[in-house]
Order: sequence, then C-alpha cells, then structure tokens
Amino acid sequence: MAFTDMRSWLLDESPASRSQARWGRIFRISLAFRSNTLAMVGLVIVLALIAMAAFAPWIATHDPIAQDTYARLRPPSAANWMGTDELGRDIWSRVVFGARITLAIVILVAALAAPAGLLIGATAGYLGGWVDRVLMGITDIFLSMPKLILALALVAALGPGIENAILAIAVTSWPSYARIARAETLTFKNADFIAASRLQGASSWRIVVGHILPLCTSSMIVRVTLDMAGIILTAAGLGFIGLGAQPPLPEWGAMIARGRTFILDQWWVATMPGFAIITVSLGFCFLGDGLRDVLDPKSGEKH
Amino acid sequence: MTAIHIDNLDVSYGETQITHGVSIDVEEGGSFALVGESGSGKSTVLKAIAGLAPEWRGTIEIFGRPRSHGIDPDFARTCQMVFQDPYGSLHPRKTVDATLMEPLNIQGLSDHNERIAAILKDVGLDNRFRFRYPHQLSGGQRQRVAIARALIVEPKVLLLDEPTSALDVSVQAEILNLLKRLRRERGLTYLMVTHNLPIVSFLCDRLAVMRGGRIVETAGAENLKQGHLQNEYSRELLALSAPPAV
Repeated sequence: MAFTDMRSWLLDESPASRSQARWGRIFRISLAFRSNTLAMVGLVIVLALIAMAAFAPWIATHDPIAQDTYARLRPPSAANWMGTDELGRDIWSRVVFGARITLAIVILVAALAAPAGLLIGATAGYLGGWVDRVLMGITDIFLSMPKLILALALVAALGPGIENAILAIAVTSWPSYARIARAETLTFKNADFIAASRLQGASSWRIVVGHILPLCTSSMIVRVTLDMAGIILTAAGLGFIGLGAQPPLPEWGAMIARGRTFILDQWWVATMPGFAIITVSLGFCFLGDGLRDVLDPKSGEKH
Repeated sequence: MTAIHIDNLDVSYGETQITHGVSIDVEEGGSFALVGESGSGKSTVLKAIAGLAPEWRGTIEIFGRPRSHGIDPDFARTCQMVFQDPYGSLHPRKTVDATLMEPLNIQGLSDHNERIAAILKDVGLDNRFRFRYPHQLSGGQRQRVAIARALIVEPKVLLLDEPTSALDVSVQAEILNLLKRLRRERGLTYLMVTHNLPIVSFLCDRLAVMRGGRIVETAGAENLKQGHLQNEYSRELLALSAPPAV
C-alpha cells in the first residue's frame, strides 16, 4: 500500500511542491533506465566496484601488500582464489584493494575535468567573439596532442605517482568536454527562452550557470561515463609503464606490468587484473550507453 | 503620455539594413499593431526595442526615456516581451514555478509564493500546473506561462511577437481574450506584431502596415474595420485576409 502511494505520488501529473516535481522527474528517468537490460548490467558492475572499494578489508582474504616468498607464483586455489604474484602476495586481495585506486582515479578525474570543460565550453559558446576564440584556441592546442603522450609528458615532469597520474589524465580529458559543451551551448544560445531571460535582465553568468549548464549536463554525464573506460585504461597504461601508481600500491595496470614477465608460465598474474579492468570498463560503457538512452536531449524531451 | 516613441529607426544585422526610417508613436494604454508579410521587418522593430537587435540608429523612447542599445535590469521592469513560439520560449528543464521565480530573483522582488500564485490565477492557470514541466503543458498553457513570466515584474509595456500564430484557432481566441482582459485590468500598452488582420481589429486600436522595412501606412483600427485603408498594398493585404466570398 505504502509502495503504491509512493509511486502515484512520484508519477503525479500535478506535483504540489518543488521537491515532488524533482523526485518525479528522477523516478521517471529511473523507470526508463530499468527497462534497459545492458544498462542494468553496467549499473550492477559499477555498484559492485563501489561496494568492493568500500568494503575491501572485509572482502579481501589476505593483506594486499604482505609478502610471502615461500608462496610465490602459486596458481589459483582455494586459499588464493586468483593465485599469488612473484612476491607471494594474494592477487584476489590486491585486485579488491585495487578497486579503491581505480575508483579514486575515475571519480577525481571526472570531478576535475568535467566541470572545468563544461564551464569553459559553455562560456565560450555563450559569449562568443574573442572569448570564444581564445578559450577554444587553448582547447584545440590540448586536443591536438595525443592524450597518452601528453599525460606521459605531464607525469614525467611532475614525477611518477598516482596523484600526478590523476592530474595528468584530468588535464588531458577536459578539452573534449569543453568542445561538447560549446556545441550544445550554440544550439541553445539563440533559443527564445534564453532571450526571455536576457530581457528580464539576467547576467551572462546567471544564464550560463542557470540556463545553459543544466541543458548540457545530461549529455555530459553520458559522455563522462563513456569516457570512464578510457580513463581507467589510461591510468592502467601509465601504471603499466611505471609512471602511475608506485609499488607496493595494488594498481591494476601496474599489476599487469609486473605479471608480463611470467605471462607464459604463470598466466594468472597478468590475466586477473586484466579481467578486472575489462569488466569495469565494460560496466561503465554499458552504463553510459543506457544513460544516453534516457538522458540524451536529442532523443526527445520526454523526461 | 506617449508610451513608445520611435523616430526614424534604422535597424541592421551586420551589413544588412532591415528597416528604413520607421517612426511610430503609441499612447499609454494603447494597443498598436505592426502588420506585414514575412521579412517586412516588423519583428525586427520589436527586437530593437527589447534590446535583442542592438545595431540601430534613430530614436527609441519608452515613456520619454531614451532606450540604450543593450539590455538593463531597470528596463526589464518597464517593458517585457512575449514570443511567438511557446514551445521554444520556456526552458525545457524548468518547472513553471522555477520559470516564474527567475524574474523575481533577478529583480530582487519579495513574496515569491504570493506573487507566483497571483499571476498564475491572473493568466487563468490552475495552481496544479505550478510544478509541471513545459512538456506536460499544452501550447495554450505554455503561452499563458510565457505571458505570466512577462507580467510578473509588472511592466507597463508588453511587446507581443505574433503571440497566437503558433496556436490552434480555438486556443488563439482564449489567449486573445486573455490579452484583452489583462490590458484593460492592468492598463498595459501593447505593441504587437502580426500578419493576421482580424486579430488587429479585435485587439488593437491603431496599426502600421510595413513592407520591405518601411511603414507604408499608419491608420486607426476603425479604418481597418471599414476597409478604408489608403495605401494600395494595405488594401491588397486586407483583401487577402478577408474570408472568401461564398
């Protein structure tokens, strides 16, 4: 009974308050999202990653950095679910703790790059003129350099380490967000509802933040989610060449790099973290695709 | 008192000059129509007054005060605009409530709840529409919201850019009646752009016929009703809009 009450409250065509209107919109989007199987698979994977990161000490069976040289390079068994690496560390536990690092990278990069790109792109698009030319010129300079090479150069300059890797990936990923935000802004810039708020005396800042950014966010969420896979892979790539997370941190890319030496005889050392990277990347891709279906403004203004 | 005084107005978009020496005067409380075919520059005059077409020469005065070329919050209190397409003039992600809240916040007016409730009642929208999104409203309801948004800052002058041409005929009548009542109750001055002459005779007391960016004739609405227009082009326009003889 309470459930059906809740449902009809959320789906009410005539909400009675600001919060009811907002929750109703979120509920409608989640209903549409739930009917998409692949998106739900993606969501489950991402939620599993979050749970793994949050409860790592309870999920892991061993200490991720405790070495046991007597038990090195053991194949997967009941005691070591994914085997052990060259220093006898339990790979399953390292993969579990690695989820924390991966999640931190993804969240920090998204939190740094997406708002910066959004604001720069929307400002350039709305103001136009020389502001547009300067901001987009800078964006184009960053865009013209290959992502991984630029990240490499930055990390090399700043020094290896996970924080610098995050910073480097953020610096390389904002330009594409700025481009998208600018393109979106240009489509709304001359709309009557923007003209109407200009006529009410709204400042450019108010229009960009209050009117244009809310219209760009849904495509931005989609884009960022789809990019998460790439971010994870770039971070893993940096880890692989030794410029990302430093030992003994259990970063997945770095783990693959260590396992490369034994890939023919002790395949599990490199394969297990590889599986983790593939699974999580796929999860974010599915989630992003599903979000695009329900959020993309081009697929109609239904929500 | 003259509410809108325009003298010798030339508006350009970049290199292209749209209007040539447009001069009109609208009395306070009056309702003036600019009619003409598409591309005659009638909407451009409205945009120049509003500040959306900043490249112009000549004189625009609102209640005797010269108009600047840009948009300033003070001017917003005097003059507001209703757009042609109610589907494009409301922010798709904002509820009616949020749309009406915006001008109050910009102008720093208090009593948000009371003002919004009052204006919704005034434009004939039930309170249950208050927290709906534009996609949950019909075209006529959207246009009522747009009118409410324009009127919530209590302007004296309303610029109407073909406010009913995007609506069904039956809804058109409702909106026109609403505009007529609001003008009477609030003592508003209307400057309306339209190509529909019956609307002019219903809502306006004077009109100017525009062609190719120039005013070819200015006349009272009674001349229009009696078919006493002087200019040949105006008569042609009138003949085109007359119902076909059966």
